[in-house]
Amino acid sequence: MVQMRTMEIMVGAFMAAGFVALFFLAMQVSNLSNLTEGDGYHITARFDNIGGLKVRSPVAMAGVRIGRVTKISFDNTTYEAIVTMLVDNSHNTIPDDTFAKIYTAGLLGEQYIGLDPGGSEEFLTEGGKISLTQSALVLEEIIGQFLFSKAEEGGSNE
Amino acid sequence: MEQLARLGRIGISSLERLGRGHLLLAHMFSGVTALIMRPTLLIAQIHSVGVFSMLIITISGLFVGMVLGLQGYYILSQFGAEETLGVMVAASLVRELGPVVTALLFAGRAGSALTAEIGLMKATEQLSGLEMMAVDPIKRILTPRFMAGLISMPLLAALFSAIGVIGGHFVGVGLLGVDEGAYWSQMQSKIDLHEDIYNGVIKSIVFGFVCTWIALFQGHDCIPTSEGVSRATTRTVVHSALAILCLDFVLTALMFGE
Repeated sequence: MVQMRTMEIMVGAFMAAGFVALFFLAMQVSNLSNLTEGDGYHITARFDNIGGLKVRSPVAMAGVRIGRVTKISFDNTTYEAIVTMLVDNSHNTIPDDTFAKIYTAGLLGEQYIGLDPGGSEEFLTEGGKISLTQSALVLEEIIGQFLFSKAEEGGSNE
Repeated sequence: MEQLARLGRIGISSLERLGRGHLLLAHMFSGVTALIMRPTLLIAQIHSVGVFSMLIITISGLFVGMVLGLQGYYILSQFGAEETLGVMVAASLVRELGPVVTALLFAGRAGSALTAEIGLMKATEQLSGLEMMAVDPIKRILTPRFMAGLISMPLLAALFSAIGVIGGHFVGVGLLGVDEGAYWSQMQSKIDLHEDIYNGVIKSIVFGFVCTWIALFQGHDCIPTSEGVSRATTRTVVHSALAILCLDFVLTALMFGE
């Protein structure tokens, strides 16, 4: 009887350890803690080019993450990308003339949307639109422009 | 002609084995309802399959994580990206090494023991004895072991991954001086609950299923002599390892290929 009891205790400890490990993986290792950031409101912005932006990319203001991208779609008439983002309810005082720009974290890092606040007294609410946007910088285009300007310089010197 | 007949014989006998294996699986599943009425049988098997494997799993997990921390640090520091060490350690553990290495260890530690146990029961006619007493040996002996393997394997794999992440933390942050905040925050931002962790758990459930099935089938199907049991035990380890590695490729292609 005692033997049975110790065996049960050990099996219980094993299963508890396994579930603790799963819980640890879910909470500490994965992004579950970032997912449950509560309700928010959706705002959309149109970009000419979103570069490498993906769904779940961060939305940051002054470098602080305030939301994330929830949907990226394409407008067939204007040929623009429509990016929908979810911003936390705790950040509900974003002026409606806010400027949205796609930045890259580090030289090769992931891309995110940076918001620069405007001066308006009106705030963005659910379904609000950001009209002032700047596209992602595409590295090839910059290099192309650089080479082009260099070539022009060389031409004018002769 | 003789060669052709031999080829045919090999084909037929391997098909027969496959069929017997599936019949055994179906028979084992039919015993699940009876097992729920007697959970003590299951607990005793989880004890021998899971609890006894815990030590080897935790120690291997710790060292695999520590090696990943070391190797990852040396490679990543060449690109000046030591901060992503956490992502590398966690992703490789949760996606691949956790389920696969756990399953390989599980096949060696628990699978071979199961085969030898069942094979010896068959050789000493204990299984026939049970049948004489009108007890179904498959439902009474094999089903609890099968369910125990199925339950233990994902838990062991989770334990392996979690300990590995801590081992990587110990080497990366403790010894090599990676920033602690970066280790965890980069990990948390890159490792996805569904994409990485759920898929890792699914992998380990599949491996647990296959490993235990192979082990029990080999034990049940062995030639009831000491040589037959030893051969069956070898086959268990070889077949399990091959099945795990092949299935891992298929599962990875299905899960992570877009």
